[in-house]
Amino acid sequence: MPELAQAADRRDAAWWIDRMVQILVLAGGLSAIVFIAGIFVFITREGAGFVFDRFDFREFFGSPRWTPTSSHNPTYGALALIAGTASVTGLAMVVSVPFSLGAAIYIGEFATGRVRETLKVLVELLAAIPSVVWGFIGLSIMNPLIIRVFDVPVGLNVLNAGVILGLMAAPIMTTIAEDALKAVPDTYREAAEAMGATRWQVTFRVVLPAARNGLVAATLLGVGRGFGETMAVLMASGHSINLPTSPFDSVRALTATIAAELGETAAGSDHYGALFALGIFLFLVTFAINFAADVFVRGGQRKHRRRGRRPAASANP
Amino acid sequence: MFEATARNRRNRKVEGLLRLLFLWMTCMLILPVALILGVLVVRGGPAISWEFLFTQPLDNMTAGGILPALVGTVWLVVVALIASVPVGVAAALYLSEYAPDNRLTRAINLAIINLAGVPSIVHALFGLGAFVIFFRFGTSILAASLTLAVMTLPVVIVATRESLQTVPLAFREACWNMGATRWQTIRKIVLPNAISGILTGVILEVSRTSGETAPIMFTGAAFFLPFLPQGVLDQTMAMSLHLFVISTQVPDVPEHMPFGVALVLISMVLAMNGLSIAFRVYLRGRKKW
Repeated sequence: MPELAQAADRRDAAWWIDRMVQILVLAGGLSAIVFIAGIFVFITREGAGFVFDRFDFREFFGSPRWTPTSSHNPTYGALALIAGTASVTGLAMVVSVPFSLGAAIYIGEFATGRVRETLKVLVELLAAIPSVVWGFIGLSIMNPLIIRVFDVPVGLNVLNAGVILGLMAAPIMTTIAEDALKAVPDTYREAAEAMGATRWQVTFRVVLPAARNGLVAATLLGVGRGFGETMAVLMASGHSINLPTSPFDSVRALTATIAAELGETAAGSDHYGALFALGIFLFLVTFAINFAADVFVRGGQRKHRRRGRRPAASANP
Repeated sequence: MFEATARNRRNRKVEGLLRLLFLWMTCMLILPVALILGVLVVRGGPAISWEFLFTQPLDNMTAGGILPALVGTVWLVVVALIASVPVGVAAALYLSEYAPDNRLTRAINLAIINLAGVPSIVHALFGLGAFVIFFRFGTSILAASLTLAVMTLPVVIVATRESLQTVPLAFREACWNMGATRWQTIRKIVLPNAISGILTGVILEVSRTSGETAPIMFTGAAFFLPFLPQGVLDQTMAMSLHLFVISTQVPDVPEHMPFGVALVLISMVLAMNGLSIAFRVYLRGRKKW
C-alpha cells in the first residue's frame, strides 16, 4: 500500500521518537557484539607485548615449566597448566555427563506434573550456587573426606576439583539437554507410540537420536563451563604445577594461574603479558567451543523444522 | 481381550527399571548438593548473629563481622544493574521486536552466547585492561561493576527476550491497526505485559552478580578494607572475595567464620533465585492468555 503511506504523511513527533528508539535498541543489540569484540581487543592489547616479543610457540605448548618469577631464567611453558585444566575438566565430564543426560531424560520424558516442575526448579537452584562457594566446599568438606576415604596425604587434587566441577556443570548440562529433548516435536513421540512402542523405546529409538545435536551441544557447553571455571578450581585442585598421572595428584589450571598470579605482577612485565596470553588462549578455546555448540543447536533446530512441520505452501498464494 | 505376552511383560519390566535408573541419576545430582548445603548450615549457622552481619572485621579478619563485605556487595550489584539493565533490555527489545532474521541478528545471538560462555577470569582480564587501565577508572567499584555488568548482560537479555516473546503477536497487531507506531505499541502494550518477566530476569542477575568473584578480584574488590565505600571510585570489600580470602589467604581464621560467610553468601544467592522462580510460577498461573 505505498500510495496509502504517502497519502498520510506521518512524520510527526511520534514518528521521530519511533525512529530514535529504533536506533537506540539497535545500539543495545550491537552492544553485545561490541563487548565480545572489546574483550578480545583489550586482552590482546595487554598481552600483545608478550605475544610478539617473548612468546615461543614450542615453549608455550610443549614445556611443562611455568616459572615466571624465576630471576635468571623465567620460562612460560603452559603444558602443565593445560594438562591440569584438561584433567580436571575431563574427570568432571566423566562424572557429570551420564548423570546430566540421565536426569534430563527423567525430567523430560518420564516425570510429569508436579514432580517434573519441582525437579526443574531444584536443578535451576543448583546452577545458582556461586563458584567461590563450590571452591570453599572443595576446600573444607571434600578435602578431609578424600583424605579419610582414600587415605592420601592431600585431598586437594584432580579428584576433588573434578567432582566439584562435575556437580557445578551438571545442572547447566541437564537444563540444556532437557531443552533439546523438549525441542523434539511431539508428533515424533505420538507416531512411535501409535506403533506400540513403550516409553523407553520411544526415548531411545526416537527422541534421543532426534535430539542428538542438542545433547552434543549440552555436553560441549558443559566442557566450556569446566574449562573456564576459575575460583572452584583454584581452591580445590591444590594449585601445584604437575603433569598429573593419577586422580590424586594436585594440579594447576590455566584459569587459576591467572587468578592467583595477576595480583602480584607489574603491569607491562613479561609475566603480566604471559598471563594475558593465557587469557587469549582461554578466550579462543571457549569461543570455539561455544561456536561449535551453537552450530549443533542450530543444526538440530533446522532438522526438526524441516521434518516436524507441514509445508506451508498452500498458505501462500 | 488383550493378553499380555512375554514380550509385553519384559518391556514393562525394562521400562520400570530404566525409570528407576534415571530417577536415581537425577537424585544423585541433587542429593549430594543438598547434603553439602546441610553441612554448611550446621557448621556455619552458629557463626551468624546480628553482630557478625553488622560489625567491622577485627584482628586481621580473624574476628568481628562482615559489614564492609555485605555493603560492598550491595554497591557492586546496584551499580552493575544500573549499567546493564537498560542495555540488556534495549538489546532484548531489538532482538524480539525489531530484528529481521539476518546475519547481523545471528551475530548478535552468537555474541550473547559467547559473553555468557567466556570464562569469568577472562572477563576479569578485560575489566582490568579496559575499565581500570584504558578508561582510567582505577581499581574501583565502577570498574568492577562494569565488568560484572558486561558479564551478566546475557542473563538480562535472555530473560527479557523470553518474556517479550510470550506477549502474543495479536496484542501488537491490534495496537498497530489503531495507527500506533512500533514504540507506542511497545511502551503501552508489550512492556506492561512483559515487565514482570523482565523483573524475574533482573532478580536472577542480582543473584549471579552477587556471587561472582574472579571478575572483581583485580578490578575493584579489596582483600581487606575496614571502611564502607563512599562513592563509585572507591575500592570495596565483597562477600564472594571475602570468602576466598579468609578461607585461603589468612592464617588462623577460626573455622566457623568462613562457614558463616559461605552460608550468608549462599543464602543471599538462593533467596534471590528462589524469589525469581516463585515470581515466575506466580505469573504463569495468573496469565490470561
